[in-house]
Formats: sequence, structure tokens, C-alpha cells
Amino acid sequence: MMGLRRYWPIAATALAVVVLQMVLSMTGATYYMTQITMSAYYALVVIGLCLLMGYAGQASLGHAGFFAIGGYTVAFMTTVNLLAWRDTGLIRALHSLGLVVQWRNLYGAEVLSFSPWPAFIAALVLTGLIAFLIGMPVIRLKGHYLAMATLGFGLIVYRIVLGTKALGQADGLSNVPPFHLIPGLEVNGRTPFRIENYYIAWITVLVSMLLAVNLVNSRVGRALRSIHQSEEAAHSLGVNTYRYKLAVFVLSALFAAVGGALLTHYNGSIGPSEATVMKSVRYVAMVAIGGMANLWGAMLMAIVLNFLSLRGVFGSFDDAIFGAILIAFMLFAPQGLLRVPRLRSLATLLSRRSHG
Amino acid sequence: MNFPLIVQYGLSGITVGSIYAIVAVGFNIIYSTTGIINFAQGEFLIVGAMIAISLYQIVPLWLAIVLAVIVTTILGGLIEIVFLRPARDASVLRLIVITIGLSILIREAMLHIWDEKVHFLPYFTGTSTSTITIFGAHFSPQVLWVLGVSTVIVAGLTVFFRFTLLGRAMRACADDRMAACLCGINDRWMVTLSFMLSAGIGALAGCVISPVTQTQYDMGAPLAIKGFTVAILGGLGNSMAAVIAGLLLGLLEAFVVSQFASAYKEAVAIVVLLLVLVIRPTGLFVRREIGALRAA
Repeated sequence: MMGLRRYWPIAATALAVVVLQMVLSMTGATYYMTQITMSAYYALVVIGLCLLMGYAGQASLGHAGFFAIGGYTVAFMTTVNLLAWRDTGLIRALHSLGLVVQWRNLYGAEVLSFSPWPAFIAALVLTGLIAFLIGMPVIRLKGHYLAMATLGFGLIVYRIVLGTKALGQADGLSNVPPFHLIPGLEVNGRTPFRIENYYIAWITVLVSMLLAVNLVNSRVGRALRSIHQSEEAAHSLGVNTYRYKLAVFVLSALFAAVGGALLTHYNGSIGPSEATVMKSVRYVAMVAIGGMANLWGAMLMAIVLNFLSLRGVFGSFDDAIFGAILIAFMLFAPQGLLRVPRLRSLATLLSRRSHG
Repeated sequence: MNFPLIVQYGLSGITVGSIYAIVAVGFNIIYSTTGIINFAQGEFLIVGAMIAISLYQIVPLWLAIVLAVIVTTILGGLIEIVFLRPARDASVLRLIVITIGLSILIREAMLHIWDEKVHFLPYFTGTSTSTITIFGAHFSPQVLWVLGVSTVIVAGLTVFFRFTLLGRAMRACADDRMAACLCGINDRWMVTLSFMLSAGIGALAGCVISPVTQTQYDMGAPLAIKGFTVAILGGLGNSMAAVIAGLLLGLLEAFVVSQFASAYKEAVAIVVLLLVLVIRPTGLFVRREIGALRAA
């Protein structure tokens, strides 16, 4: 029974999600669901980053880069027009396998492009590969060096998407088609699909949380926490610190890529603003406010802060507020919002189990 | 490429490079006394220049710059006292996040105080069109100001750390904080002083480069990346090497711009940074900070 107790927050969150949907539908405020759905996809990045920062103790200032790689890959593959190569053997073969599809875009033009599933898988493979190649040398670095190296990686991704014609430069890519997950269920940002997508996004988040919570409570999670506390001690006990850190780095990049890919299908577009350093810093801020090594806190803060930011609550002080809360939490409440003494009872409710 | 053109690119490279070197020296001063990298270092340059630009409306240029340097110096000290002193025993991860937060806050404050437009100080001598000709290359007299001021900053710091009591006390703190405390040095104030010094030279560098590169509220972060690249290239804590590394990076950038699209200019420093971090992750990071300020 003890093992099952770590899953009850997932059930509780699922219940809250359903209740929230009912309340929003009954009050006629379903438009909030659009931003909640978007926040949920951003939350995927934060969950992945929480594994990396909170449990493996490695700061990354480049996660917007992984998000952008995921998003841009699906956007490019599902919008690139292969019509000119229609009669080549390769495209014919892909077509008969259903990997490329012919469709009409918003302007009524014929487009022959990859279908979303192969694009999605390609996005994950590409992100995983890049994260692995970048991670191999970079993850050996510590503290400042790792932060600066990942910051550099993020800046390069930003420069590439901003400078590459095929990726739309400053305009980004638009006209990204909906993603038919299974017949009757599609990632689509149009109003009739609002409630359906609210649930798709939340199920994605909850499945990710399930994965993350299980990982943290497994042998791997214990190894990661030992690395965080003392890398030398972990190493001397036979933990292959390098391999664990690299694995978590790649995994957290994949979380970001899933978020990027699905949000791109949902929005129907992606632009260079998703790859900026400020975005990466905001993800770090959300993990920090959630309490670093607190998956539920990170997820909750990601949803709340992204939602408020997307609703424009912070106005022109958006970035400044993220900077301010970053400093405030690191100074006064490094354990996160849920560990501020007055909120402790709530924290024990929410997060005790995620530490196992 | 003919000879005057090489001189032209070379000079512009050295000009920008000397500013990178000053940013790197700023990193080193704080790193030596605290062991942290101040991600808000680039913002000091922009704050300094912005204050000078505003003051120039009411006072002569030289006074505007002097006042801007003083104000930024005080600001640097206040930042340390308010934001970093309470967290002095925190982990490196926490301190990094704090300085990142500071850089965002300063940048956003500048956006709201001075708007998003490009501002600039006037040329110190002559106008934007006056030129000096050396070896067939034409360049602005401001280039000499930049090089001169950078040289004075580096020379001044060397004298300060070698020959003054305060400078020696700071070196002692960087060397062995416990021993320095036992000698009656107030190590907390040495840390504050390192932030003030770093902010002050940053503000001065921001002012002299302003007529050439102009000043915008969000220019601090790219400067910080380049300064960090230079600091790493020279070996963190080694300020003399940072000067050489700064000039190298400036030259490299200038020649990349001369050969390729200027869009790649921004990528040069990042590629150099990643290469250095990847190829010599340990070799360049030997604990040089012991000799750090000594070499400054």
C-alpha cells in the first residue's frame, strides 16, 4: 500500500482537472481552457527541467532550445511542400505507407508533407540526438560552466532559427496542421476542439508526472539524489554519475521537445520567441519557485505562472516579475513556495510522497 | 583583402576586444573574492552608459561620466549588500540563479526608465564623421579613447592590487579568507568592494564604447556572454590573460564579419565558448584564483 500512496496526487490532480473543466463549462468561461492547455504544454518543459535541476542538481539555461527544436522540427516537416518530388520513388513509398499526406492549407494550396506522427517521432529522435551530443561534453562541467554552456547552446539555437530561411526567420513557421493522435482525437487549437484538447494536454502532463515520479522513486532517482548531495560520495559508492546525469539531461530535453511539438500543433505555428534565453530563464524560475526538487510544486507553478503570463496579467512587467520572484525565492524561500512555513501543511499534502 | 582594410578590421577588433576584456576583468574580480560568476556583469556597462546619457542633458560630458561611474559603483555595492550578502552561504546553483534574476531585473528596470530605443553619448572628441588615418585605414578618434581608457583601467587595477593596502587586502581575501580574517581584514566588505569595483569599471567601459556601439537596454546579456568567453579563454581569475583573450576574440569577430555575413558575428563567441568548455574543461579551470588578483 505504501507504494501506491505516491500515486494519489495524480488521482487528485486528475479529479481537479475534471472539476475545473465542469466549472469553466458551466460558467461559460471555456476560453480560459486555451491558456490552460498552453500552460500544460509548457509545464512539460518544467517537469523535465525539475528532474535535471532538482534531482540531478544540474542547471540548464538552454531548455527553450530543446523546446524549439521539437516545435520547429514538427512545424517544418508537416509544412514543407514535397509536391515537386511527388513522383520520386522515395516519396511514393512514404506516401503508400501513409507517412506523407496531401492536404490543403489555409490558402487552398495543395501541400504534400509529412504526416504528424512521423514528424513527431523525428522531432523526438532529433532532440534526443542533439541533447546526447551536446550533453556528452557539457554535462561533465559543473556549476557556472554548465550554466554558461547551456546558455550558449540556447543562444545558438535562437540564432539558427532566427537566421534560417527554411525556418521562417523572424516570422517563424505557421499553417502547421492539427495532429490526429488517434482517429477522433486531435491536437487542434480551434474553438470546437477546446475541451478535447484541454484533456489531451492534461493527460500528457499526468503521464509525464507519472513517469517522473516513478523515476525519482526508483534506483535511478536515488542515484540522482546522491549525485545532487555529493557527487564524490556517489561516485565512490559506485554510482556512474556521468551516465546518470547524461541520461537525465537527454530525458529532460525529450520532455521539452514533446511540449514544443504538441504546442506547435495546438497553436498552428511557432516563432523564434520560443527559443529566447528569457524563456529558458523562466523555466528555471518555475522550477525554483516550485521548490527545486519538488515535481508537484514545479508542475503547479508552471501551470499557474504560465497561465497568468499568457493571460497578460503581468502586463509589460512580465519578465521583470519572473526576475523578481527568482531572486525572492532564492533568497528567502529556497525550498519553494510550498515549503514556506505557513504553507507547510499544504506542502506535506502535496509533495511528501514525491520524495518517497 | 588589402593592407589598409586589414588594419581597419584589426583596429575595430581590438576596440571591441578591449571592452570584452574589461567585462572579463569585472567577472574575475568578483569571482576571485566570492567564487561566483556574476551574470549581471554586462548590465553594469549599460546602466553606466544610460546614466551618463541622462546626466549629459544637464551637466558637461566629463562630469556626466564621472557621476555615472560613481552611481553605478554605489549600485554595485548595494546589489551585493541587499541581494547576495544574505545568501552568502548558499549553493552555487542558488547564487547563479540570483545573479540571473538580478540581470533580468536591472534590464527590465532600464526598459521602463529609458525605453527600448537606442541611446548614445556624443563622441568625446570631434564628431561621428571625424576620422584619423593610420596606414591608409580611417577610424574614429573614439577608438583611441576606448583603447586609452581600457589601458588605464587595466593599469590602474594592477597598481591598486599590487601597491595599495586595500588592494592587497582584497588579494589576501581571495587567497585565503580565513587567514585574511585573522589578520583583521573585514572579508564581507572586501566582497562588497569587489562588486563596487567591478560595477565601476563596467560603467566606465560602457560610457566610452557608447558613441561607437550605441546603447540599448538589452545589450548587457550578449556582452556578458562574450566577457565570460574571454574570462574562460584566459583562465577564470587570470586578468592579464583575459586582456589578451579579449583582444583575440575581438579580432576573431572582426575578421569573421569581414569574410562572412554579420549574422554569424554573434555566434563566434558562443562557438569559442563551447569549444573551450568542451576541449579543455579542466585544463583552463585550474584553480588560478589564488594568483588571480595578483595578476590583475
